[in-house]
Amino acid sequence: MKSVKNHLSLVIALLSILFSMQVFFIVDRSIEAYKVNLASSYSVIAVSKKPLESSEIVKINKIISSVQELSPDSVIKRLSSDMKNTNVELLKLTLPKFYKLSLAYYPTSEEVKELRADLLANNSITKVEDFSHTHGTTYKLLLLFKNVVSLFTFVVLIVTVLLIFKELRIWQYKHNERMTIMGLFGAALWLRSAVLFRLAIVDALIASFLAFGIFFYLSSYPWVLEQLGSIGINIVIFNPINDFLVILGVAISISIVLASLIVIGHKEEA
Amino acid sequence: MNKVIIARDLSLSYSSNETIINKANFSIDSGSFVFITGASGSGKSTLVKSIFGALKPKQGSLVVGGVELNRVSRSKLNLLRRHIGIVFQDYKLIKEWTIDKNIMLPLLINGYVKSVANNQVDKLLKHVRLNHQSGKYPLELSGGEQQRVAMARALSHNPILILADEPTGNLDEYSSQLIWNLLEGANSQLKTTVIVVTHHIPKTISTDYKHFHIEYGSINEIR
Repeated sequence: MKSVKNHLSLVIALLSILFSMQVFFIVDRSIEAYKVNLASSYSVIAVSKKPLESSEIVKINKIISSVQELSPDSVIKRLSSDMKNTNVELLKLTLPKFYKLSLAYYPTSEEVKELRADLLANNSITKVEDFSHTHGTTYKLLLLFKNVVSLFTFVVLIVTVLLIFKELRIWQYKHNERMTIMGLFGAALWLRSAVLFRLAIVDALIASFLAFGIFFYLSSYPWVLEQLGSIGINIVIFNPINDFLVILGVAISISIVLASLIVIGHKEEA
Repeated sequence: MNKVIIARDLSLSYSSNETIINKANFSIDSGSFVFITGASGSGKSTLVKSIFGALKPKQGSLVVGGVELNRVSRSKLNLLRRHIGIVFQDYKLIKEWTIDKNIMLPLLINGYVKSVANNQVDKLLKHVRLNHQSGKYPLELSGGEQQRVAMARALSHNPILILADEPTGNLDEYSSQLIWNLLEGANSQLKTTVIVVTHHIPKTISTDYKHFHIEYGSINEIR
């Protein structure tokens, strides 16, 4: 029981750091995946008074991934019932050219403005419809969500770091006596601090495995997958190998820093 | 005879404006049994601290086991401490370790093999009459028993010097006598130098031992 209590306080603090960090990663990945979805369905329409080569349009801005010329047939068909054939042909020749531009990724509002300016700088392009209002709303919502999650992660980190510092003082008190007694009998620094580092590493391992278990379970939980699937996100939200290595690295680093601070702060009784 | 401690014009203090020991000159022969007495606050414990290197001399020189403590490095001090056994009035046992592991501490620090260390601990537990308490934690024992554990720990690595700071200060008569017997035994059988800091010397102990008395910052040899 005493041994469990010894480990619990640091394990909980580490676990909350790892948990908030992993939640941030998952949200970030989901937003990036959602942006890819949005980018594939988002396009800009450019109107040109004369025909333009696709390659020419693509060169205008690096964000343009492909260009598709829109056929005016559907518009002409609606009008043709009231017009003579010769007039229809004439209309075809005088109608401006419509191009649908697909984008490489979901742009920021600034990138949309820049794209619009670049397109209009071309003498042939007379009008650009960038659907900026719809884009702006979606983009701001995404940004808001990401910022809220970042803020949440930041607050959790700050609170946990404060908790860890409090824990550090308890550890300092708890280990000081043993380290001093060992020092009286000539124990080298590494031997005096060995117990401390062992305890810190064990706690880091426990916290890492717990975090791994929680996220491994969540990542395969049907409800989570269903929710992500419903907004078109089909990504690996938790990579068991890579993410575990990151979690383990962070947990061990924090624990070792904590143990080192105790060793540095240890003062032998005179 | 070899000198285990040589002090020349030794001054000790905790702060710059108060001197506890003032220009003391004394030496202690290897294998001797020495009492250091004095009133409370006279500087007995301060002297013990300086002998095991917890307090550096303010002035003069202090050589222990051939090591000059004025300019000693931490690693050299650790090496010296591995040859000293210390007993404190408040025992200074590690509470979260069993008494066996506490006794084993100097052996582990000195690099003894675990099996050899275990045998030594068994012998010492019998020697201090605590073999029936093996596996217990310090706080499960009485004060007298804890001090016997501290004695066993001090003897475990066959040190060249045992420093005992008020070893019987908190003990009843029976436990005190056991501690004196152990200290005398270490000196007579193992030829270990024993320095005991105490308020008063028990009547049951030999009167042949060397005796220093600390008063007003000076160390005077009584016999």
